[in-house]
Amino acid sequence: MLRRALGLLPRPIAAARARSFSTDLPAAHTADATFMEAWNKVMPNMDPPKTPLSFMHPRPPTPSSIPPKLTVNFVLPYDSELSTKEVDMVIVPATTGQMGVLPGHVATIAELKPGVLSVHEGSETTKYFVSSGFVFIHANSFADIIAVEAVPLDQIDANLVQKGLADFTQKLSSATTELEKAEAQIGIDVHSALNSALTG
Amino acid sequence: MASNAAVPFWRAAGMTYITYSNICANLVRNCLKEPYKTDALSREKVHFSISKWTDGKPEKPSFCSVFIRSLHLPDMVANL
Repeated sequence: MLRRALGLLPRPIAAARARSFSTDLPAAHTADATFMEAWNKVMPNMDPPKTPLSFMHPRPPTPSSIPPKLTVNFVLPYDSELSTKEVDMVIVPATTGQMGVLPGHVATIAELKPGVLSVHEGSETTKYFVSSGFVFIHANSFADIIAVEAVPLDQIDANLVQKGLADFTQKLSSATTELEKAEAQIGIDVHSALNSALTG
Repeated sequence: MASNAAVPFWRAAGMTYITYSNICANLVRNCLKEPYKTDALSREKVHFSISKWTDGKPEKPSFCSVFIRSLHLPDMVANL
């Protein structure tokens, strides 16, 4: 069974390599000519329905010189915090450490840890606390940041953070199972990150 | 295929990424100042009705509204 699986493996990998990135593709024609003709025959005074494809704008190709600004999309499940906003730099809390992203950054995918995301725009800096998520940095100086929960730093209550940190430190010492220990450890990590975000 | 690479501690304890990220998000929501905290928590609420089926017929449904964090269906069915 293993031998057969190995034989199958090279094909999908080769196919994936040959395919270009979605950002490199030219804008596709979303409207079908025959459909439009038929639609206009039946309902000439009504706009044809729009499909999701017609709402999606293709990303620009990678420019030959590095653009002056980084374009950021920052989305939450319930909100779009930044939408194609042009900024100078973002600093994201990746699991491997704080990562500064400037225009022309090499294409990367990074997992985020609980920490501070700062968006630098001229002399202004906007700081958010993100719980966890991912950042996708594209070769054309676009960065997509997705997070489960993100809040501006001034909405965090320092007293609750201290209380939570104490609670979870106590929980970690009394935890018996692996799962309880992990939950307590997550609690400590998140509250420590919140604490250092508020103090530092 | 299981990877031999080092895994995060929560993964080693049997959690999935979804569980982990939801726990993180909830802890952050619980640390917010008041008007925002209620907003954030109520956004995470789900409303649904649940009814047991006996002899091919549904019993009277009971309406629940809970936070996603505590959503554990087997427990809710047991509490009906």
